[in-house]
Amino acid sequence: MMRVKPSAFVMLAYLIFLLLPIYWLLMMSLKTNTEITSTFTLWPADLTFRNYQTILTDPSWYMGYVNSLIYVGLNTLISITVALPAAYAFSRYRFMGDKHLFFWLLTNRMAPPAVFALPFFQFYSAFGLIDTHIAVALAHCLFNVPLAVWILEGFMRGVPKEIDETAYIDGYSWPRFFVKIFMPLIASGIGVAAFFCFMFSWVELLLARTLTTTDAKPIAAIMTRTVSASGMDWGVLAAAGILTIIPGALVIYFVRNYIAKGFALGRV
Amino acid sequence: MTLELQGVGRVVEGRVHIHPTDLVLQGGTMNVLLGPTLSGKTSLMRLMAGLDKPSAGRVLWNGQDVTGQRVQDRQVAMVYQQFINYPAMSVYDNIASPLRIAGASKAEIDRRVKAVAEMLKLTPMLTRKPLELSGGQQQRCALARALVKGAELVLLDEPLANLDYKLREELRVEIPKIFEASGAIFVYATTEPEEALLLGGNTATLHQGRITQFGPTPQVYRQPQDALTARVFSDPPMNFLPCQVSGGEIDFGSTRTKAPEGLPNGRYQAGFRANHLSLHGPGLPFACKVKVTEITGSESFLHLDHQGEPWVGLVHGVQDMPPGMDVTVHLDPAYIYLFDTEGRLAAPAPYARAA
Repeated sequence: MMRVKPSAFVMLAYLIFLLLPIYWLLMMSLKTNTEITSTFTLWPADLTFRNYQTILTDPSWYMGYVNSLIYVGLNTLISITVALPAAYAFSRYRFMGDKHLFFWLLTNRMAPPAVFALPFFQFYSAFGLIDTHIAVALAHCLFNVPLAVWILEGFMRGVPKEIDETAYIDGYSWPRFFVKIFMPLIASGIGVAAFFCFMFSWVELLLARTLTTTDAKPIAAIMTRTVSASGMDWGVLAAAGILTIIPGALVIYFVRNYIAKGFALGRV
Repeated sequence: MTLELQGVGRVVEGRVHIHPTDLVLQGGTMNVLLGPTLSGKTSLMRLMAGLDKPSAGRVLWNGQDVTGQRVQDRQVAMVYQQFINYPAMSVYDNIASPLRIAGASKAEIDRRVKAVAEMLKLTPMLTRKPLELSGGQQQRCALARALVKGAELVLLDEPLANLDYKLREELRVEIPKIFEASGAIFVYATTEPEEALLLGGNTATLHQGRITQFGPTPQVYRQPQDALTARVFSDPPMNFLPCQVSGGEIDFGSTRTKAPEGLPNGRYQAGFRANHLSLHGPGLPFACKVKVTEITGSESFLHLDHQGEPWVGLVHGVQDMPPGMDVTVHLDPAYIYLFDTEGRLAAPAPYARAA
């Protein structure tokens, strides 16, 4: 008789609990609405890709993904670009109020975005930025820049200061040193920071919805469209959910080797 | 080619790192900065390189004031105690990087990198990354980068301290040879008196941010200006005992010997190095108590207590003495330095005067 190790059992149970909702979502996205609402099936009796077809052919659907990807990409780019020199300053220089400033950056991460939704809306209206990608990208910097600074600072502190000095002695100017020598050294840190920026911006909904109306509407906001007078379009909603998971999963797949290092926060 | 420090000092947050220092280094010389850790060797080097700005004084290069000049424009090279290379680049690119920055042609870069790599026996490793090399190879890579640019001021900050003993011996012989041809000014920091003696050239002894003496290495070793210099330039540290000079004789309490001529009467500190103590005569006898014995191959360190003064003796043979044992050690008066109560050298050891 085969003996099942207790640890294997726990692992299996854990995976089932973890993956069951995702499995269910995937199955729902491959069923017809009638099957979803009328019967209970573990496997689609009537396999259909119509739900995906709806999303991928209708611009009002797929533009949601495009919008989300645009502002998330913009935000990641801005956050990292801004955070790199900031983190360098925190890791290399002592200046007045440096510790307080660093802590204050972190507190931004703690405030719920809802607090900022109203002033942001007012502000962005005044500058005519409502319903643009850059508006959401900038708004998300609120929590992504501090996070990126925090992660990058840890990585940079692991790089000995002597490397900087050796580069200056060798004749490197600061920008050239930073791009050519320093950034490759903290590449995994940049990867991890970019990953977190991407994820947090991708899942954030409140600010993204508040600051957009039609042209830059994120996918999560578009999903609410499935509720209509004729009832709920379960299949399309499930398909949209699956497609929302995919970018995150892809990003995780690509940075998975860095992530392990990244959680050690530095130590090159 | 000269590097001149004029009253250069550095104070950080109210603490003095380097006292105002005057120093002139000539081209083509090896200059050793010798001192214990925290004596200011690295601080002084950083001031020479221009990595730190002095809080007082001026740094002159060939007579021109270079104080506060960007380090990029200073034409210096520096090697640290830690093996500092650019980990993301191959060894070839590491060595080539100063030349690329300087805008040398591809052929020129290739020729010079290959020549330096050959000299430092790095040729088979050129395609590897620095972190895939052994410690000695990593440090040779750092040395190669310092060498390839042909800098006129080369600063070596304890470059061999993190290497194992065999490699140190090897590189210690190689480094002066490698750099000799270039005619640059070399500054070499070390904590070890022995290393300073092997490297030769000039030595500046440092103690608590102050240069206590600067001169040709053998002279600083044999004729230290003061007790501090003698202490720094002896390993194990110099032994001291108080004494009294009167009537042409030095009185050590238990024993006495002839005083150098013309020495005024008064109180003095006698100093001598550990290797001049012996277990068998001839010489002045001193009764001590053994604290610890350490055996280093064919010689033994005796840690002694002489009437409350800690002494160290380096004697021949394996000596295994139990702690607390009474022992009489002998000292040839030819090796005794006399310092006055202020610590200044009053009379060098007779053997050193003869040399």
